[in-house]
Amino acid sequence: MKVRLTVNGQDRSDDVEPRLLLVHYLRQHLGLRAANVGCDTTSCGACTVLLNGKSVKSCTVLTVQASGQEVTTAEGLAPEGDLHPVQRAFRAEHGLQCGFCTPGMVMAATGLLAENPHPTEEEVRAGLEGNFCRCTGYHNIVRAVLTAAGTMSTGATTSTESAQ
Amino acid sequence: MFFVRSPVAHAVIRSVDVSAAREAPGVIAVFTGADLTGLPALPPPVPGMINDLMNQPLLARDVVRFVGEPVAMVVTQDPYQGEDAAELVDADYDLLPPVVDMSAATAADPIFPDAHTNVAASFGDADQFDPALFDGCETIVTRTIENQRVAPAPMETRAAAAAWGEDKDAGGRLTAWIPNQGAQGTRAVVASMLGIDPASVRIITPDVGGAFGAKFGADPEHGLVCWVARQLGRPARWAETRAENMVAMTHGRAQRQTITIGGRRDGTVLAYRLEILQDSGAYPKFGAILPSLTILMTPGPYSFPRAEAAAVSVLTNTTPVGAYRGAGRPEATAAVERAIDLFAAEIGMDPADVRRKNLLPAFTEPHTTAFGAVYDSGDYTTALDKALAAAGYQDLRDEQAKRRANGDVVQLGIGLASYVEITGSGSEAGRPQENATVEVHPDGSATILTGTSPHGQGHSTVWAMLASEELGIPVDKITVKWGDTDLIPQGGGTGGSRSLQQGGAAVQQASQELLEEARQRAAGELEANPADLVFDIGSSAFTVAGDPDASVPLARLAETERLVVRSVFSAPGATFPFGAHVAVVEVDTETGKAVLRRMVTVDDAGTLVNPLLAEGQRHGGIAQGAAQAFLEEVVYDADGNPLTTTFADYPFLSATEVPSFELADMATPTTYNPLGAKGIGEAGTIGATPAVQNAVVDAVSHLGVRHIDMPTSPQRVWRALREAAAPPAAGTAAPAAGTSESRDAQ
Repeated sequence: MKVRLTVNGQDRSDDVEPRLLLVHYLRQHLGLRAANVGCDTTSCGACTVLLNGKSVKSCTVLTVQASGQEVTTAEGLAPEGDLHPVQRAFRAEHGLQCGFCTPGMVMAATGLLAENPHPTEEEVRAGLEGNFCRCTGYHNIVRAVLTAAGTMSTGATTSTESAQ
Repeated sequence: MFFVRSPVAHAVIRSVDVSAAREAPGVIAVFTGADLTGLPALPPPVPGMINDLMNQPLLARDVVRFVGEPVAMVVTQDPYQGEDAAELVDADYDLLPPVVDMSAATAADPIFPDAHTNVAASFGDADQFDPALFDGCETIVTRTIENQRVAPAPMETRAAAAAWGEDKDAGGRLTAWIPNQGAQGTRAVVASMLGIDPASVRIITPDVGGAFGAKFGADPEHGLVCWVARQLGRPARWAETRAENMVAMTHGRAQRQTITIGGRRDGTVLAYRLEILQDSGAYPKFGAILPSLTILMTPGPYSFPRAEAAAVSVLTNTTPVGAYRGAGRPEATAAVERAIDLFAAEIGMDPADVRRKNLLPAFTEPHTTAFGAVYDSGDYTTALDKALAAAGYQDLRDEQAKRRANGDVVQLGIGLASYVEITGSGSEAGRPQENATVEVHPDGSATILTGTSPHGQGHSTVWAMLASEELGIPVDKITVKWGDTDLIPQGGGTGGSRSLQQGGAAVQQASQELLEEARQRAAGELEANPADLVFDIGSSAFTVAGDPDASVPLARLAETERLVVRSVFSAPGATFPFGAHVAVVEVDTETGKAVLRRMVTVDDAGTLVNPLLAEGQRHGGIAQGAAQAFLEEVVYDADGNPLTTTFADYPFLSATEVPSFELADMATPTTYNPLGAKGIGEAGTIGATPAVQNAVVDAVSHLGVRHIDMPTSPQRVWRALREAAAPPAAGTAAPAAGTSESRDAQ
């Protein structure tokens, strides 16, 4: 089936199998490997991306369903060489270890902060309930999201701090 | 590539018909066990300790022995086609009676008839236990408890990619990309599976999405991907699904323990006995020898006058058991910490007081236990007191007393665990050691090659810090490399909390040796006596004392000849980090639901090089320990069918189920390495698991409950409360009498 969608600001059109999952389209067809596949049951959230600005699990969206819509992956959160405040907070607060859950976690956190810019710790935990992490015990992830909320609300915009 | 796996726990394979699969769209090849000529079965991981008649064929040949065992493999161009074609593989099985419960294993028909036994390994002999061990005890408590089977469940499942070089005359050379915990160990297992020289294998470690002990070495599937690539003469790759991972990656823990503790009513423990039944799963792997580590740590931090332990590892028709964060040591701590609490409850004494009374006094000279462990240094009472102070223990007990007096529905539980563990132990080959290579480049940057294998621990950061402190080269100009066996042929990988104390120490040592080499070169360059040179860390340069203008930077010394040193650090022995955890839970006595409110820990791992990273290790371990205590369990039905094969069925801990953790500081340097560092990676699972379990029991102990097996699910807590309120009929002693209770199937 023919699909046309915008991924990280770029228009894409492809002919795909109707059953092709969005996450596999992103990874295998577009080579965007930030969204990971960690389970088969929409439980882990490693594949979280933004669909029209709202976080969704891209393993549970068919590519054809995303046709005509706007997809943002962790690669597209900030301009090349720059980091989004949420990404920067994850780095500063040691909010990642193995890194596998991180792109999904960052997208879920970005979606969460878009809906609730000033969450409490409890709200952050509830907002990330659908994103699993095996390494951090969530402690520093929660801290990172609260830090990001702080910097984003004080108007600190993405600076030129480069990704290492 | 896609694996076709056994859907039954134990059966004779009558036939595997792959003809329809071969005709399916996109199929390049389909292989069964019959195609694997010349491939030896996977040998046991530790020769000599495990019955060697129980080896796993890479693909099942005549018999399948657990649900998930690979039976055939389908190679397609596209992964979706692989799943489709795998559906068409028609395997016909004659069912055999499965052995599912480990307690039934010794009496059951042998899973390997040639072995004539289901015992894979044994350690000590329970028949030789001292009948007088508990003589003189005023109180004796005994209980059989579960350290349940759990899934390591790293977020990234297993994967592999393989390609063979053109030099066919030399038998070809294999390059394989396999997420692992040590490329060198992976190379050894892959080479042995394929029956080729390790020198003709290059393993490259990509980013690894978590491992937790379960990615050491290589599994049959990894070897098979390499074999398929050779067979087809083209690259092959494989990434498993979560459902495969939950049945085919090794599981952890899986011990049934009978603990007996006796002593005086003043709180002095006189004797302790630990008897272990280890479920090894269908093929004995590292899991079969886990009890040796558990036995080594039997008495934990306590000075029991008499203690003994024995273990039997048995086969069952379940997923093989391997290492999982802590690997044998959390099991030892869980046993002794439950024993202490059972004893405290029996004599009506505060569990903190019982611990204080029995902990080894602080020591700085190595202490050898009756089980042969040499504890390097320890101060267990201080760790406990710090944890209790940080938790506000007395206030918590007051709050608990209030709720009990009020008969509140939601009761407070306070659980303690004191622990000592072993990290960075040596191998059969000798003392613990690791190598590092440090090179300074003419452009002022540096490269470190390490034999460790980080997958979230932060070695890139810490190894660079260690070299930077010696060489004055900024951290951001130092590149750390690992996980390429052509570049780094030797290395012990990352596991057993060994990396900093050996790999980090090697980086420091190599940096210091490089500096000495540079001093000699600088002396020549500056025409000065080496002893008169001073190293200026700020400019990364040698200067002649008293003549700041006579100076040469390290970078320039690398211009004419490579400035590089490889060094092997060798430790006198393993180190023994220790600590104390306090868990605070609330238990709803009407629903049985337990909620973790606070987690306060002291984890003394010696000197910390990077506190932020060390804290991260503690957080993750605490969460995994709490998750085992509360939630996680791999469950099989009576036929050996796994019931927890997805993250929808296996209760993976989420962010809402834990609080932020409260970490108190304690850092007593070890003398076993110049950094003063001990291991920190596994402390969390070792301390938190029993602390949380003890807290749940403590919350309802005033209602007559003495023990609840892990996971302390609402169902188990609720049932324990019901049984305590209305003790079962005659013949079964009340829980307080400490007889073993029957285990409920969840």
